[in-house]
Amino acid sequence: MKPRLVVIGNGMAGVRTVEELLKLDPDGYRITVFGAEPHGNYNRILLSPVLAGEKRFEDIVTHDRAWYARHGIALQAGNPVVGIDRARRVVVAQDGHEIAYDRLLIATGSRPFVIPVPGHRLPGVIAFRDIHDVETMLAAARSHRHAVVIGGGLLGLEAANGLLRQGMSVSVVHVNDRLMERQLDQPAARLLKAALEKRGMRFLLEANTAEIVGDHRVTAVRFQDGSEIAADLVVMAVGIRPNVDLAKAAGLHVERAIVVDDTLQTATDPRIYAVGECVQHRKSVYGLVAPLWEQARVCAAHLAGLGHRRYGGSVTATRLKVTGIDLYSAGDFIGGPDTEDLLLRDPGRGVYKRLVLKDNRIVGVVLYGEVSDGPWYFELMQAGRDIGPLRQRLLFGRAYCESQAA
Amino acid sequence: MDGSNQDDVPSVATTCPYCGTGCGVRATVRGTAVTVAGDVAHPTNYGRLCVKGAALGETVSTTGRLRHPMRRTANGLERLPWPDALDAVADGFRQIIERHGPDSVAWYVSGQLLTEDYYVANKLVKGFVGTANIDTNSRLCMSSAVAGHKRAFGEDIVPVSYADLEEADLVVLVGSNTAWCHPILFQRLLKAREQRPSMKLVVIDPRRTATSEMADLHLPVRPGTDVWLFNGLLSYLHQHGVIDTGFIEAHTQGFARTLAIADNTAGDLRSVAAACKLDPGVLTAFCQLFASSERVITAFSMGVNQSSSGTDKVNSIINCHLATGRIGKPGAGPFSITGQPNAMGGREVGGLSNMLAAHLELDVPAHRARVQAFWQSPRIADKPGLKAVDLFEAIDEGKVRAVWIMATNPVVSLPDADRVRRALAKCELVVVSDVMADTDTTAYAHLLLPAQGWGEKDGTVTNSERCISRQRAFLPPVGQARPDWWALSEVARRWGHGEQFPYRSAHEIFDEHARLTADGNHDDALPRYLNLGGLAGLDRTDYDRLPPTRWPVLSDTLGEPARVFADGRYYTADRRARFVPTRPQPPAGRLDEDYPLVLNTGRVRDQWHTMTRTGLSPRLATHVAEPFVDLHPQDALLSGVREHELARVSSAHGSCVVRVRLSGDLPRKSVFVPIHWNSQFASDARVGRLVNPVVDPVSGEPEFKHTPVRVEPFSVAWHGFALLRDDPAAGRDPRPHAAWWTRITGDGYTRYELAGRRVDGDWPAQARRLLGVSDPDADWLEYEDPTAGVFRAVQVVDGRIHACLFASPRPDLPSRAWLSSLFGKAQLDAADRVGLLIGEPLARGADTGATVCSCFGVGRKTIEAAIRGGCTTPAALGAQLKCGTNCGSCVPELKGIIAELRARQTAT
Repeated sequence: MKPRLVVIGNGMAGVRTVEELLKLDPDGYRITVFGAEPHGNYNRILLSPVLAGEKRFEDIVTHDRAWYARHGIALQAGNPVVGIDRARRVVVAQDGHEIAYDRLLIATGSRPFVIPVPGHRLPGVIAFRDIHDVETMLAAARSHRHAVVIGGGLLGLEAANGLLRQGMSVSVVHVNDRLMERQLDQPAARLLKAALEKRGMRFLLEANTAEIVGDHRVTAVRFQDGSEIAADLVVMAVGIRPNVDLAKAAGLHVERAIVVDDTLQTATDPRIYAVGECVQHRKSVYGLVAPLWEQARVCAAHLAGLGHRRYGGSVTATRLKVTGIDLYSAGDFIGGPDTEDLLLRDPGRGVYKRLVLKDNRIVGVVLYGEVSDGPWYFELMQAGRDIGPLRQRLLFGRAYCESQAA
Repeated sequence: MDGSNQDDVPSVATTCPYCGTGCGVRATVRGTAVTVAGDVAHPTNYGRLCVKGAALGETVSTTGRLRHPMRRTANGLERLPWPDALDAVADGFRQIIERHGPDSVAWYVSGQLLTEDYYVANKLVKGFVGTANIDTNSRLCMSSAVAGHKRAFGEDIVPVSYADLEEADLVVLVGSNTAWCHPILFQRLLKAREQRPSMKLVVIDPRRTATSEMADLHLPVRPGTDVWLFNGLLSYLHQHGVIDTGFIEAHTQGFARTLAIADNTAGDLRSVAAACKLDPGVLTAFCQLFASSERVITAFSMGVNQSSSGTDKVNSIINCHLATGRIGKPGAGPFSITGQPNAMGGREVGGLSNMLAAHLELDVPAHRARVQAFWQSPRIADKPGLKAVDLFEAIDEGKVRAVWIMATNPVVSLPDADRVRRALAKCELVVVSDVMADTDTTAYAHLLLPAQGWGEKDGTVTNSERCISRQRAFLPPVGQARPDWWALSEVARRWGHGEQFPYRSAHEIFDEHARLTADGNHDDALPRYLNLGGLAGLDRTDYDRLPPTRWPVLSDTLGEPARVFADGRYYTADRRARFVPTRPQPPAGRLDEDYPLVLNTGRVRDQWHTMTRTGLSPRLATHVAEPFVDLHPQDALLSGVREHELARVSSAHGSCVVRVRLSGDLPRKSVFVPIHWNSQFASDARVGRLVNPVVDPVSGEPEFKHTPVRVEPFSVAWHGFALLRDDPAAGRDPRPHAAWWTRITGDGYTRYELAGRRVDGDWPAQARRLLGVSDPDADWLEYEDPTAGVFRAVQVVDGRIHACLFASPRPDLPSRAWLSSLFGKAQLDAADRVGLLIGEPLARGADTGATVCSCFGVGRKTIEAAIRGGCTTPAALGAQLKCGTNCGSCVPELKGIIAELRARQTAT
């Protein structure tokens, strides 16, 4: 009898881990995947293009039901797990079924954070997390005019762009003095704001939302200074929170998220693994896709009994998926007293580049307008390469540096 | 002037205005463009031209020209009409002469004057003012050769022609970088050697030069030891029986004493080798070569002349030729090669303070009487006047109170040049005739008179081999520029000498000059070799048609005159040549701890004199763009200076700041700085300030080749360069923001090499000030590495490069070539723009095409290449290039590209 693997979460992290596992050991487990959403697996990152009307849902589906069937995986879509009984090694599904496991993989991801201001439960107030949210927004765009996006981060701007493309009048409300402050320094943020403004997006920076106004449906957003703007749709995109309720209830050690070691095993129970946004590894919690791929590879190797891989944490890079705006950011792009900067500004071409160096190594990258070298800088940063010999040429890009070296 | 061009625009045959080679050129004017080509009919160059000559067309622009007479007032310069300007000159000089006598005024003229201008100046000063205070920049150039010739031959005669050089078996070049300074002559020499490989070339020069590189034997002598060398040679020739005793007895005087001194001072080659710091084997080889070559020419230039013992050096060379009788024969003799287009013409008219006129002497009463009678002048100078260095000293001391400077730039070119500047600053009346409005010297003029430039003026010049060529006008004069002879004659007229200065054109002056050379010129009266009697009486047409003609041109003989000295008759009183005993003297300046290095000065290939003309040519600026000091790497180490950085070179007299170069061409203890740069082109590069005002006691020629100096680092916080599109309206000038600068003429732009002591505020702000960009919305690109102090900025206007600045704490800036080339581009393309801040174009292969996978920055061209290489699925592409393996959003596009390529392959 093959051991049983139960996966909680039919998202990118969980399914990628299964996929990696199948590559290593196609017949090692009997696998069951539980998912809250009633679909196969889709690429959540591409929700923005769907919202923007650039892609259809079918385009972003990565694993349809046939895939699960082909690999002998039992898929429980739309039937989330509601409990874990570690003593009995079973999970309890919403429909009451219990399924036993030899190994359990928690990939519950995260859920959007909704600011608990008055009115946050009004109809017309939504987050931007899944295809259902996208469908809600698309519907609103067809019948309503004013959209307010709360949150000027990556997700908020992508939502705002999508709504704009759907013909809505969009205002972005942001508590900080610059957009994407976790990814951009002030000059790049300014360029971004100007570019989005040119497309018709409006911005309210340093604005604190006090209340969402409306009787049956949202009608306006009110700020702490008393001012108001009209709103038929409010998208909350102020951040995400790891989805750790199940793990907590099961008595696993949870800080900000489920604590795992370098093999993605939970700190509490060696039969239980966790990957993705619900995981806390070496104090870090990730909300981007690249760390997730790495975690999946390591975790799969362990599940396959090949204990040779270790996950050492990720340095993350960000890009904004807004067509026509190229933006790339990674690492410590703000810098400090012991860092150095390399800067290139060409506003005429809409280009801004900044590398933050420390001890002759790249520790941060901000690219705007011309981002093709971002991954190379990221590579150099991750490799911790001494860029001393390249310093004078570095900012002019990989192709130039390599043509000079040749 | 027959037109021989294909498109029927007639060309004008004239003569190059640069070195003393005197090449014929043909100038063609099409609209405002002047093209210049070598004159195939000219016997000097047969159509060839060096790079300076070939670029002449670029230097006749009217940019920066002095267009009107000007007077300095409290409010700066103001224009005034010619008559008023001439009144002011005439009155000013008259008043000073009346108060302080004729010796209180002086003229300082130039080897760039035409013979006719020279003649009129000399006549006016010596015959009508009554002083011999007229000297010339030729004093700085070949006055030692003149003095040497006069001592040995009794007259200033160059006894060799260019054809002789080609016929010689051995050519010895002494102190002459002929390859750079007389390129066409050098080419003739090399060609002759190529055709006749037995011909040998020896170069005697402390430096390794382009000339010595071509030599069969190079003697890198210790600077200033030429007399030891040639005394040693004389002694060797005697010891080895190579002396022509018959010739010595029949045609010379003074051999015994001269030989005794040579034996005493240099009688042993080992000690000569030590004195000259030469390998004894190389020295012996040279002596043997000289001894065994009947046809030997010893050609010399500034390395010999510009010395405190320059005249002795010349005579020590001539002594060797006299002792062997190798003179007055084909392919043999001593040969002074001059550096200016008309130094020789000046010598012929007597335009130096120790000459009278037409090879007649100031100190011989019979000569004075004849010249005075010929000129019908009220008086005649009867004692030598002040020589160049003394002249400016006399100005500084207040003994000379008025000076008229013509066609030369003494604030740059004289030794101890700061003293010259000081002297001019306090001189009562300074009149400057020049073609350019702003030179280091015009800055001190009270009155400025616009002179005609090359291409506008009309007259004759004489080259190094005594060949008279016409300079013909092919352009209208710029502004109100007039011939110098006209201005001088007008002043003479105002002094009441109109009758003696009635000239209406150059040919009348030439005619008078020719007649004077023939005046009393026969064995019974005042025999001189210089005789242009055959050219007297030319009418305007004949003068205009005058082909290049070597003098003498006798009126009473037919055909070519006999070779000079072929008859063994010289122009001393007893018609015998003189051996001049030469006792070796070390250079005047001694090295010590404070000034441990020897400064040598000279030319670079593509510049000429003080750059008033060559500095206008973009092409000529590319060879050597900046003033430099070249020194031995070990001396650089000891001085604490590094290649490409800046150094201050100081003597007891002054200093300059120049770029350090370690070419490997210089021996230990020697440094070389070019003479050309001045305050118009560099902040602090006038090497004349450093040169010790030591002169040869006979010729008065300064010792430009030997000044004790030290070299120190000139520390700066940043090095940089700026390129600015020429835009007179903009008035942008980065120079005030720099501690050091050089200005370089570009094609449509100006380049500045800069260095600064500090950055005021941050670089972006400093750069905008430097480039004069005040518009905050200017199309402005910048690159900054603040901690490293590296900064680059480019301003683009209307899609064209408008200005740029590159700065770094170290002189490690990118090449200026590509950026410079962009100034000629009508529009920058996208690739150009990307390269702007790099300072060079992105490599061709660097173009990976439009980005398909943004996550990993993979371009379409890279992807297509991988597909052709066998990747037929997105997964395969991802495995190879990583594309599509992160967010996956490009996978559809990858599929699309694969399909597209497959379709294309099937189609073909």
